[in-house]
Amino acid sequence: MSYVLRRLLMFPVVMLGVSVFVFVAIRLVPGDAITAMLGTESGLLTPAQRESLTAYFGLDQNWAVQYWRWLTGLLQGDLGLSVTYGQPVSRIIIDRFPLTLELALLSMVIALMIGLPAGVFAATRVERPSDLIVRVFAMIGQSTPNFVLALLAIYILSVVFGILPTMGRFVPLTEDPLGNLAQMILPAIALGTAFAAAVTRISRAAMLDILGEDYVRTARSKGFSQRYVIWRHALPNALIPVITLSGVEFGYLLGGAVIVEQIFALPGLGRVVLDAILQRDYALVQGVVLFIAFNFLLVNLLVDLAYAALDPRIRYGAS
Amino acid sequence: MTLLSVRDLRVGFGREGHETEVVHGVDFDVTAGETLAIVGESGSGKSVTAMAINRLIDFGGGRILGGRATFDRKIDLATASEGQMQRLRGREIGMIFQEPMTSLNPVLKVGTQIGEVFRKQHGLSGRAVRDASIRALDRVRIPDAARRLDQAPHQMSGGMLQRVMIAIALAGEPRLLIADEPTTALDVTIQAQIMGLLAELKRDTGTGLIFITHDIGLVAGLADRIMVMRGGEAVENGAADQVLDRPAHDYTRHLLGAVPHFRAGQAARTDGARTGQVPALDVRGLSVRFPVGGGFLRKTRGVVHAVDGVSFDLVPGETLGIVGESGSGKSTTARAILDLVRPSAGRIETGGTAAVQMVFQNPNASLNPRMTVRGLLAEPVIAAGQNVDADVLERMRTLLGRVDLPDDLDRFPHEFSGGQRQRLCIARALMLNPKVLVLDEAVSALDVSVQAKVLDLLVDLQREFGLAYLFVSHDMAVVERIAHRIAVLYAGRIVEVGAARDVLSSPRHPYTQKLISAIPSIDRRRIDYTLDTEEVPSLLRPVGFVPPDQTWQEVGPDHRVAKEPLS
Repeated sequence: MSYVLRRLLMFPVVMLGVSVFVFVAIRLVPGDAITAMLGTESGLLTPAQRESLTAYFGLDQNWAVQYWRWLTGLLQGDLGLSVTYGQPVSRIIIDRFPLTLELALLSMVIALMIGLPAGVFAATRVERPSDLIVRVFAMIGQSTPNFVLALLAIYILSVVFGILPTMGRFVPLTEDPLGNLAQMILPAIALGTAFAAAVTRISRAAMLDILGEDYVRTARSKGFSQRYVIWRHALPNALIPVITLSGVEFGYLLGGAVIVEQIFALPGLGRVVLDAILQRDYALVQGVVLFIAFNFLLVNLLVDLAYAALDPRIRYGAS
Repeated sequence: MTLLSVRDLRVGFGREGHETEVVHGVDFDVTAGETLAIVGESGSGKSVTAMAINRLIDFGGGRILGGRATFDRKIDLATASEGQMQRLRGREIGMIFQEPMTSLNPVLKVGTQIGEVFRKQHGLSGRAVRDASIRALDRVRIPDAARRLDQAPHQMSGGMLQRVMIAIALAGEPRLLIADEPTTALDVTIQAQIMGLLAELKRDTGTGLIFITHDIGLVAGLADRIMVMRGGEAVENGAADQVLDRPAHDYTRHLLGAVPHFRAGQAARTDGARTGQVPALDVRGLSVRFPVGGGFLRKTRGVVHAVDGVSFDLVPGETLGIVGESGSGKSTTARAILDLVRPSAGRIETGGTAAVQMVFQNPNASLNPRMTVRGLLAEPVIAAGQNVDADVLERMRTLLGRVDLPDDLDRFPHEFSGGQRQRLCIARALMLNPKVLVLDEAVSALDVSVQAKVLDLLVDLQREFGLAYLFVSHDMAVVERIAHRIAVLYAGRIVEVGAARDVLSSPRHPYTQKLISAIPSIDRRRIDYTLDTEEVPSLLRPVGFVPPDQTWQEVGPDHRVAKEPLS
């Protein structure tokens, strides 16, 4: 109980730290929002027009006042107004996030479905040819950039075989689930492959360690089959590093995958962040980064809870 | 009826076709209801032999290279398939391992780990599994069995976990039980509990037992037959009494003779009298407490009184043995003297920081594998802020010669055996010419016959340099050979202190009596281990707890006993 509570109490403290950091960091980047927004046309603004725009977005106040306004707004659920989109930041996040979440979830499912069995399989056949093959694939998977994979996947599955659609208007999951999945599967594979390779390598290593443990020997001495010993006794112990890795990777994916979104023309969070930074859209950068940080912390919390669920030594606190 | 008949069993490790043979053809039989003890030192092949029988060796990179192991006059275990072995393991052949702390799965409840055996071996399900598990824990005298089923292994003590292991091994009602050093990791009073349990099992069921141990004295009361192994061969195999009383092989005689056996004070040292010397170490009212945090604001919930008001002194040339079991505070006392933990009360007087040096339990872990002998021996000198000059090198050579190691400063620790490494640690501790050596379980990690040599060396060094030893150990047989005086620690306090001979021959405190009666020995072969399952009391006290004062009773010229009752 206190384990969960302690982690929950850390939450607002870390969020406050992140908010200050984001607020200051974006303001240290040279250039101002009005110039970035209007591009070359900003030269046509009269000083009065520029002043009124600055005032409209609240950028005329000093940092402390701006931060205070932003923070009090945040607490009321108001993330501010995006200079470039002319929309509330929260609206943009609500529009874009579902796709990012779906992509991240799909990637993780692919990674775990391939990586975990592959890692366990390799560990039980250590140093044999099948282990070697798994390891080579894992190495290739982890070292291939995801845009290469993305292009390769498009070429093979869409161009050569024509199984999956290449481009076209993005269909939300709620509108046409099958059409949406057909669109999402390629980007999910592109993102999930390196993830799967990482899961393979870590679950193989963890499993190898666990298979040498005394309690695995005990389980064998009870007469259980290799399969039972592995899935019932060894795997729960090997899962902790796998969950740690998955949590971190998933957290990153929730921040959006810029390149893959670009290649597949998906309106996810990654492209929003990139645009926002290029445009010096303070409110949007702040809002989205804070949102990403929030997600990251949430995932970490879930990971911690998963540890506690898996390992009683964490649950009750080992002496 | 012969349960197991092993002939010319050979076992090897390594790649198929390129194995290194480590067991070179052993023969033995186990009859139903009989106990065979396999005795040997590390590397003798005794554990490998045991693991070959239920073929767990297959999972440790080993393989049976030849011979037969006929079980129940039907199945040859040496050639049985893995599928056949899975039907035998747990059901016909059970096993208990050395380390109860690591032999149970940390993430599964104790009840799950017992229950799965009843499911598999007896086809039970649901409520019946739980009932059977409770009965299994009752049988090994685990109090409050129903509640214990829902606990995780880390919530139980080592002795209790080993009883759980026994319950698991018995759950399949095997006809053959293999116990591989089942008490080595346990305290002596807990060891007595486990031995009692095994003796009861032997009496009540017809189970055949193979008991693997390095301690020939331990099995004296339990074994019907004893097989002595060395270097992968059985050097002697016969009825227990015959092997113990009329050993035929030199090595058996060596094990029986050179190895320290407990002799109730008769082997205590008689040299060195306590005269009016100035103490080399004087400890008064030493207390060490550790606050225990809890709740989410890390408020102190209680205090562990690891050491509570311990006083003793040590004169030059004298050894004080500090004996006690896990959690008695003996190692904490040693660490406090070396300033490795901060005492919460009390006074420790030594002749300066370099005057006290320490030798630790595990020589493998306390020598940096990347440093040469020269570097290792130079460390204390460097730490004391001195230069490593010609005099220091000269002292290194002298000390190496003194501890009987080759005069070669460029060797690495891995080039030495376990006993040699511990002698290197002793040489290192002597580099600064200390007055006091704290030896924390300094021979416990060594093989029994090596122990004796290191003890002899320690006695010689003590006479030569007038060293005072604080010898911390759980092993009474070892303490008997080196200590002039003994302090018995129980739950953080000294309960009895005095001349070694008096304390060991006529212990007065109930705890000392219990401790001594639990020590296995060849001389006390027929004793019945009484099944007592008492646990060491918790040292966790509420904040602000003031321990009651101890009152002392003089029971001899140099023999005092604490008067408070054993709670």
